[in-house]
Amino acid sequence: MNLLKLLDSMCPDTTNSEEKDRFYSRREAFRQFGDMSKKMALAAVPVSLLSALPNVAKADTDSLIGVLNYALTLEHLEYNYYQMGLDSGVIDAAERPIFQKIRDHELAHVNFLTEVISNVLMGTPVAEPSFDFTAGGNFMPFDDYPTFLALAQAFEDTGVRAYKGQAGNVMESDVVLTAALSIHSVEARHASMVRRLRTKKGQDMTKGWITGNDYGTLPAAAAGIYAGEENVSHAGVNVVNLTGIDQDAVSEGWDEPLTMEQTLGIASLFLSS
Amino acid sequence: MKKELFKPQGLIQHTDRRAFLKMGTLSVAGAGLLLMGCKDDEDVMPPVSGGVSLGSGDVGILNYAYALEQLEAAFYAQVMMGSYFANASAEEKTIMGDLEKHERAHREFFKAALGANAIADLEVDFSSIDFSSRNSVLGAAKTFEDLGVAAYNGAGQFLESGDLLLIAGKIVSVEARHAAAIRDLINPNSADFAGDDVIDANGLERTLNFQEVLTAASAYVKTEIDFSQLPS
Repeated sequence: MNLLKLLDSMCPDTTNSEEKDRFYSRREAFRQFGDMSKKMALAAVPVSLLSALPNVAKADTDSLIGVLNYALTLEHLEYNYYQMGLDSGVIDAAERPIFQKIRDHELAHVNFLTEVISNVLMGTPVAEPSFDFTAGGNFMPFDDYPTFLALAQAFEDTGVRAYKGQAGNVMESDVVLTAALSIHSVEARHASMVRRLRTKKGQDMTKGWITGNDYGTLPAAAAGIYAGEENVSHAGVNVVNLTGIDQDAVSEGWDEPLTMEQTLGIASLFLSS
Repeated sequence: MKKELFKPQGLIQHTDRRAFLKMGTLSVAGAGLLLMGCKDDEDVMPPVSGGVSLGSGDVGILNYAYALEQLEAAFYAQVMMGSYFANASAEEKTIMGDLEKHERAHREFFKAALGANAIADLEVDFSSIDFSSRNSVLGAAKTFEDLGVAAYNGAGQFLESGDLLLIAGKIVSVEARHAAAIRDLINPNSADFAGDDVIDANGLERTLNFQEVLTAASAYVKTEIDFSQLPS
């Protein structure tokens, strides 16, 4: 169900017009499949179409698998975190619907990415890591609700930046890119909700959007999650100078990416060794 | 190569599109506009009279984003002049003020980035929105923010430039943050901030194509928008 742009970027390895037609019609089938994919049950996904896959450069497929396994690692982290939070009873009863919904999305992302990696790209999904959400005994998120919320914000804002940082690395595949964008905005919705909830509960003064590189009342270790978010120049245009709008508001209007290395540095705090 | 390999099969004929857009307007705006619509039909419409053409390629996509940001920025500017805003809670005033600045910054950025390729200013029509009503304002804000997210998510795949894709990605997540906040104002502490109406069972947010987005937007835009040259 992926590889559309990969297919686009390839020419059929033939001068035979009949074979070319077949190549293009296969590609069109994939494209249409991409359009349909969201209406289909996941289990029905792509297996039946795989036989139509022409020879795609293995390096490109490997690259997509690498990016999606990276995303899957983060989704495993998030899903486990929310499930453990719900199981622990740390979450205020009135707010459980929020975290049940977020947990449902993270689990859906785990399942979706696993399916795409294994049955579309024919790769091997990463195993679920072992997590230590105390980060070596520093945090007690399942005993202390404000800590739970603070780490949830950290994970969601990191997730938004992580997906954003990979957009360019999956743009060869229309379907993978669109799926990644469609996960990315869901993570952003989560982030906005958790941030505002913390403020509503008097734990921070943060807004749904990120002001400068401010990490509010999160632990100082969270500074890296927000480093770079203060950027106000895009495509060479300094938007503060352009508009006269204040620096804080302009920085809020654009979220910034993180590289895989930066993200894994943050996530590694929560992996048990 | 994509351009060479693919004929733009999705091109929408001008006349069909007009009819379609008009239907979209009617279904949203209701009976008041129905009469105007009927009258309109009898007029001989000059092609793209006073309208704008988004253009093709990445420029076309940027103009598409610019059109949506124009709509959002104009909406929040008007919100801030209405009596809902004047009487709103401190929290909601802050949110509306932020959203006005963010969307204005987005609009001005796209205008600058597009330079001579930028479409003209759109003429908006917010007559269906009651700016003294919290429900009406928040309902419209939800529509605009959700629509913006779905539009960016749907358009990303058509961008050829990785740099522009990243910029679109920087903006779409902020639109999603807006959408979640507005939804939470409407139905606080519920699951609506990321509701099943916009997110499917795979945890993927909906995408909308150019026609779907511009049809929905046409309820609020008088200027005719020709998107027939956008990539497909």
